[in-house]
Amino acid sequence: MTDEVETQDEDEIDLASLSTDELVEQMHDDLYDGLKDEIVEATNILLERGWDAGKVLNDALVEGMRIVGIDFRDGILFVPEVLLAANAMKGGMGILRPLLAETGAATVGKAVIGTVKGDIHDIGKNLVGMMWEGAGFEVIDIGINNPVENYLQAIEEHKPDIIGMSALLTTTMPYMKVVIDTLVEQGIRDDYLVLVGGAPLNEEFGKAVGADAYCRDAAVAVETAKSLIAAKRAAA
Amino acid sequence: MRTGAVAQDGAVLVIACGAIAHELVAVIRANRWEHVKVQCLPAALHNDPQRIPGAVRAKIQAAKGRYRHLFVAYADCGTGGLLDEVLQEADVQRLPGAHCYEFFAGAREFKELSDEEPGTFYLTDFLARHFERLIVKTFRLDEHPELLEMLFGNYRRLVYLAQTENPALTGMARAAAEKLGLQFERRITGYGELAERLVEFEARSGTAEQVAQWQS
Repeated sequence: MTDEVETQDEDEIDLASLSTDELVEQMHDDLYDGLKDEIVEATNILLERGWDAGKVLNDALVEGMRIVGIDFRDGILFVPEVLLAANAMKGGMGILRPLLAETGAATVGKAVIGTVKGDIHDIGKNLVGMMWEGAGFEVIDIGINNPVENYLQAIEEHKPDIIGMSALLTTTMPYMKVVIDTLVEQGIRDDYLVLVGGAPLNEEFGKAVGADAYCRDAAVAVETAKSLIAAKRAAA
Repeated sequence: MRTGAVAQDGAVLVIACGAIAHELVAVIRANRWEHVKVQCLPAALHNDPQRIPGAVRAKIQAAKGRYRHLFVAYADCGTGGLLDEVLQEADVQRLPGAHCYEFFAGAREFKELSDEEPGTFYLTDFLARHFERLIVKTFRLDEHPELLEMLFGNYRRLVYLAQTENPALTGMARAAAEKLGLQFERRITGYGELAERLVEFEARSGTAEQVAQWQS
């Protein structure tokens, strides 16, 4: 019994005793393992050590989730592990969000994101929303089962740069075309970047429905959003 | 794939999802189709649909020259049309619809169910029987109950599409609904369009075989 207790103590890492580099690396591991309490603790330690919220977000959380995303894509991690990692990141984001708001730093852009009508799946959408937020976007999440009217209302209200649509079902993904066709009919399609994603989608489908890009995963969604916004602004 | 090399292992091969193997074998036995063979892919691909097209392609290639006719007992099953691309290349047909739920329930009834409540989680006999392994263990729900809300928080009801009258399976499906915190409904579908489509396929393959024999 004594041995067991000693072993457990030996396995436990005192986060505060780690150097900053070691701590950041440990956070990547803890995100990978979905350890929310540890992520919250380490986030606070980095802030106490004088890191600004943006640096904690980028170097520790976003980078950690990027690694999780790669291993998910490569079939090393599966949905539960990604969800646990996202939940851990959420813990860190909860601390950083108010601090980031205080700094008043300009956002990279504004995005409206939602799952299309008939579909209630939101794991991918939530991951993309979180990663966009981590990358400096202001994200307006309109939730699940959205008819075209919800997108139009959100566009009108928030004037986003990007409209993100998600679907998990083969039966619901064609609805993305309904939304895009409506934007075309109203003459506002080119005012926005439209990004689509979801497990059964592919690049061909994205092109067929008239989206600007199909995003295979959350990391690709971040890179795509950033590069398309930069290109659009450069062309303006 | 419909004509060509002489069959060594049999005239007709059905490449199937392991999740409907039981029902397929039942249809084949009921019709006494001794010439129809079944090869199954793991039912776990149900949770990993991007692997289905490649796995089906490999089975089709392995069957080349060994069977006169091939049929694929999958629906689209979340492959987003990629399975259909594989099947078009090989000129092989599959079961109709988006999922096994659809061909068991029937397209119209399935659409009604989905429209009525988009947050419907479906079980079949197979999924009811293997709920613990395929859902609870795969998604680590016992280990991490916090995942329950993240994975199933948007669902409102569980509809058990029953292929057979089986009180034990009904009990398991009801327990699954309770575990996920969902309202429970049960609908008897029988084998639905699975049986109809297999009968059509078998009839077509028999006709094609006769034509080939008459021409030779």
